[in-house]
Formats: sequence, structure tokens, C-alpha cells
Amino acid sequence: MLRFLLRRSLGALVILLVISAVTFFLFYAVPRDPAMLACGKNCTPDALAVIRKNMGIDEPVPVQYWHFMVGIFAGRDFAQGACPAPCFGYSFATQDPVWQTILDRFPTTVSLTLGGAVVFLVVGLGAGMIAAWKRGTVVDKVFSSASLVLSSMQIYFVGPLVLALVVYQLDLLDQPKYVPLTEDPAGWFLGLLIPWLVVQIIFTANYTRLSRSSLIEQLQEDHVRTARAKGMSGRFVFFRYAWRGSLIPIVTIFGVDLGSLFGGAMITEWTFSLPGLGTLAVDSVRNTDLPMVMGVMLFAATFIILFNILVDAAYAFIDPRVRLS
Amino acid sequence: MTTLTTEADAPGPDRPGDGDAFLSVRDLYVHFATEDGTVKAVDGLSFDVARGRTLGIVGESGSGKSVTNLAVLGLHNPRSTEVAGEILLDGQQLIGAREKTLETLRGNKMAMIFQDPLTALSPYYTVGRQIAEPFRKHTGASKREARLRAIEMLDKVGIPHPQSRVDDYPHQFSGGMRQRAMIAMALVCDPDLLIADEPTTALDVTVQAQILDLLKDLQQEFGSAIVFITHDLGVIADIADDILVMYSGRAVERGAVREVLRAPQHPYTWGLLTSMPRLTGDVGEELSPIHGTPPSLLAPPPGCPFHPRCAFTDEVAGDRSCHRDRPAPPAGRGAACHLTAEQKHTFFTEQIKPRLS
Ligand SMILES: Nc1ncnc2c1ncn2[C@@H]1O[C@H](COP(=O)(O)OP(=O)(O)OP(=O)(O)O)[C@@H](O)[C@H]1O
Ligand SMILES: [Mg+2]
Repeated sequence: MLRFLLRRSLGALVILLVISAVTFFLFYAVPRDPAMLACGKNCTPDALAVIRKNMGIDEPVPVQYWHFMVGIFAGRDFAQGACPAPCFGYSFATQDPVWQTILDRFPTTVSLTLGGAVVFLVVGLGAGMIAAWKRGTVVDKVFSSASLVLSSMQIYFVGPLVLALVVYQLDLLDQPKYVPLTEDPAGWFLGLLIPWLVVQIIFTANYTRLSRSSLIEQLQEDHVRTARAKGMSGRFVFFRYAWRGSLIPIVTIFGVDLGSLFGGAMITEWTFSLPGLGTLAVDSVRNTDLPMVMGVMLFAATFIILFNILVDAAYAFIDPRVRLS
Repeated sequence: MTTLTTEADAPGPDRPGDGDAFLSVRDLYVHFATEDGTVKAVDGLSFDVARGRTLGIVGESGSGKSVTNLAVLGLHNPRSTEVAGEILLDGQQLIGAREKTLETLRGNKMAMIFQDPLTALSPYYTVGRQIAEPFRKHTGASKREARLRAIEMLDKVGIPHPQSRVDDYPHQFSGGMRQRAMIAMALVCDPDLLIADEPTTALDVTVQAQILDLLKDLQQEFGSAIVFITHDLGVIADIADDILVMYSGRAVERGAVREVLRAPQHPYTWGLLTSMPRLTGDVGEELSPIHGTPPSLLAPPPGCPFHPRCAFTDEVAGDRSCHRDRPAPPAGRGAACHLTAEQKHTFFTEQIKPRLS
């Protein structure tokens, strides 16, 4: 297990390095000059040169990349001041330190993701299990068609709809906002309730379908029939034998979903104007804000890779045939 | 046909009507509702097995051997399967029995060894646990007792180092060992009826022989009734007392093994025999496979289901026709065929037998 984690972590570093290089060099392939944007309308060549220097984009791109990477591990000095490791520099657009901005935005994303994930995992898997248990009956048909309809909904469609109804029409809740959990637990909960439920609807439907289909597949396995041939009850066979096997595709998808949600639920955050990593990512690309783009990209990629590793480790617990060595 | 011989008598008091079969299948129909129509996988099948006796079921792939025996255990999905007829286990009617009742019988009074030991064991639990499970359920034994029992069973089926192997997962076993573990699992509650669905097909010849010996020993010990399904007439000759040849979901020939192998009566059985390679035969000798393909189970041909592949349909005289009339299923020793007894005898001795020696 330890060797597995070590090997995977090394692999992850390589992947992150590749991602950083690709992002960095692609950024310069775009014909937009961040210094020009920062300089504004009445820009003189001298002012532009100063800005370039301050931004650290006066040097050749590979040299810039080198400085950037060194900064992450060793820290770096900027015109704005010293930047301790991990240093992603200062935002071109707002002059804020990138790392601190990411740390400020992250709790919003985490709250949004975890709150939603708990609900959609529990409700989705539960509904899927009920549908699989009652497969072929009316209950199954209702669950299946409902989840098909709901999973083809879009957050940017359902979100405003729910907002219009709950916030503006019925006045049950305020506009969603993020309040730190440590400051005001009730405010945190109420502020995120609508986004949770909306994210929920779509993900729950997906997990219902996934869990149902993978359970039904498992129920047709030979070893499930063997268990019944031994005289084990239908319930025992369902929960002990079929359920165990059905977890593998679910864990896989859950890992992917969670990893990418931690990197920022762009559409959800944008729909509800929540200041998380997703909105930060969108803004930084719009602003041609290289340090911020790099920071958010690497941060998000780290989570995706991390959850990938966790998923693989989880396989080993679920399926003894998977050996981690 | 399978009368109870005194020395093979099962332990315990016998029911009244001694000499009756332990498992008795009468007029069994198993029909699957599919999108294409009704698949008549078993279509009016009857057979008996007595305690201490082994019935071998042969027939080509798709003839309904597995479906029949899954019906005995009541393992078909009731929503898409129609099962009709009579299945009497020790006098108890199993068709239409409550699921709870069947659960107490499965793995306990009747057990099944499945065709493919790789997929038939769960990859997620240890071999020992899978063996112990039915034992705990049916005897109420504690975890510890059940574990000891699992070790004992693994030892009995010839797994070396059962104390440590009991904690292995199926993927850590070889194919032959998995099959033994499967057998241990089926036998853990000393079932009175054991159904073995091609338990040796996936194994090499030496392991196959060991498994057959194992089953014979266990039968000696417990006096169980065994239903042994196989494609291999050689295996049948080795292990079975009686034989049931199935074709298209029906019995085409029944009888004691020696009689059927010495003087088979049905053209399909002849085909099976001539298509079987023999050790004594020449290397270059041509085998004669049965021509044609098994009939559709959705729309079986009228009359005798074998007639499209049969070389003897023109020989049938009188007002009976292979194309129109369904031959009566064999009662006791016999074959479901319109040929007369003399014809069967002549054709076999003159045309078939020379090709067998
Ligand atoms: N659940 C099912 N639904 C529809 N058709 C089925 C079902 N189960 C089996 N059949 C069909 O019933 C027929 C008999 O199948 P069965 O498994 O009994 O064959 P078999 O004699 O055991 O063959 P083999 O020697 O290959 O194991 C086959 O044509 C099969 O396709
Ligand atoms: Mg079969």
C-alpha cells in the first residue's frame, strides 16, 4: 500500500508538471498581451515596459516558466513584495497574491461540494437500490423515468428556476451566499441550501441510474446465483453479494465527480454567484491573468489526481483481486 | 428405472412407498418469455433419481440441461419464466413452493455445483466464508464452528493446507481447486440431492478423474442422489448408473448406463456416440458429427424435434410420421422415436456399431 501510494504520488507530480508546462506555453500562444490590457488606453511604450517588468513577462517564455516553477517550491520576490513558497505570483488583474486568493475561495467550493455530495450519494444510491430491488415493477419504472428526466436537466436551467420560485416568489430563503461555517453554522447551511439541492437533483438522478444499472448487472452474475443456490435469502444476496460488486463503478464515478467538483463547480458557482474556485477560474481566463490561471489549474488538477489515487486505493478494499503493488 | 438397491440405502428411516425416487420430475415445462417470443427450453421432461444413485444427463449445448436443474432448485426468475409440471423432492412438491421453503431446502437438502467455478464463486469473499455461510444458515452454527467445518470440508475435497487456504480468495485458487471449493460448498450440509452441472468440463483430465472419484466417495459416504450433467459420454460411463439423453428440452432416451451405451436406441444417441473421439480409434479416423444445428426453441419443428437432422426418417413405416407426430417420451428404458424396436436394433448393429469399435 505504501509503495503504491509512493509510486502514484511520483506519477502525479509528473502529470502536474506536464499540465503546468502545457498551460503556461498555451497561454502565450493566445494573441493577447496581459501587459497591454493592464496598461489601459493611454499607454506609452515606457509604461508598457515597466508593466512588463513588474509582471515578470519581459523575459523569454521558458525563462519565465522556470522562475514560476522555482517560485512554487522556493518562493520568489516581486515588485509587490516577497512571495513565500508555494508562490504562484500575484494576479495580473487584482494584484492579490494567487495562493492566498485560492485559499480564500476554497472553503466555498468545499462546502458546496461536500454538502451536495453527501446528499446525492446517499439519496442517489438509496433510490438506485430500491429501483434495483423492485426491478420491473411500477416503483422501478417511476424511479427510472424520473431519474432519466432529471439527469437531463441543466443546473443553469434548474438553478434560476428554483431561485425564482423559492427566493423571489415564496420568499422562503435569501439569495444563496457563502458564510463561513465557523462563523455562523446556520447561515452557512441556509446560504448553501438552494445550491446543494439543485446540484443534488442532477447528480442524484445520475447516481440513481448508475447504482440501479450496476446492481442489476451484478444480480445477473453467476456468483449471485450460487449464493441463492446455497439457500441464502434474497435480501442477504442483494446486500452482501450484489451490492459489493456494484460499488466499483460507483466509486469510480464518484471519485471523478468529487475531484472535479473540488477544483470548482463552475456552472453552479456561476449560477448562484458564489465566490468559489470555479468563478475564480472563469474570471482568471477572461482577464488573461496568467498567474491565477496557473494557480487554479494546478490546484484543480491536484484534486482530480488525488481522487484518482483514492479511487484506486478504494478498489483494493472493495475487490481483493486488485493488488496494490 | 432407478430402483433403490438395498446396499445403497440412505441412512435414516425411509418414507412409506420405499423404492420411490428421491427426486422425481414429471412433465416439466420451463418457458422463458423473451422479446422474440416464448423460449421452450424444457418441454415435457420426466425423470427420477433415487438415493445413492447417479443420473447422468447428456445432450448438446442448449438442450436444456442447466435450465432443468435450475428449475429443480427454483432459481429461475419468476417474472420471466413459466415453470409447470411436478418436481417432487422426497415427496415434497417444489413447483409453486414458497420462497422461504425453498431457501431452507437449497444448500441443505439439495445443492448444486455450477458449471464455471471461476464465475460461480464470489470474488469478494474468502473461500472459507463462502463455504461457511450456508452451514451457519442451515445449522445455526457459530462463526467459529462454521469456520472449522469449512476447513474440514476443504480437507475432505483434497485442498492441501486447508487451515491457511480457508482464508484465501477464489482468485488465489487454481481452476481445479476452485472446483473443489465449489464442491465443498455444495456438500457442506450433507445434501441428499447433489446436482453437478458439468463440474469437470473446465478441468484437465487428471483433475477431472480426481473430482469424479471424489464425488463417488462422497456418494458412498452420504448416500446422496446425484444428477450429473455433462457433454461427455465417457464421464457418464464412469460415474452414472442411469442416463438421460436430452434433445431440445425433451428426453429422447433413458435407461441404465450399460444398456444405453451397449444398445442405444435413438438416432440422436447414435450421433453422440459416433461423434465422440475414442482412445482406441485410429489417429486419422474421421469423427462423424451430427449434421445440422439444434432446432430453434422459439419455434420448434413439428413432430419429432430431431427429424430435420435424422437420417432414418424415411424408414418409419405405417401411419406415423416424423414430420407430423411427436414421439412419446421414453417411459423407463426406451427412446422417443417412431422406429420400431427391430428397426432400432438392426440399424444400430448394422450401421452404427461397426463405426464404434
Ligand atoms: N433466462 C433465459 N431466458 C431465455 N432463454 C434462456 C434462459 N436461460 C436459458 N435459456 C435458453 O434455454 C436453452 C437451454 O439452455 P441450457 O443452459 O439449459 O443449456 P445446456 O443444455 O445447459 O447447455 P450447455 O451444455 O451449453 O450448458 C438455451 O437455448 C438458452 O439460450
Ligand atoms: Mg449448462
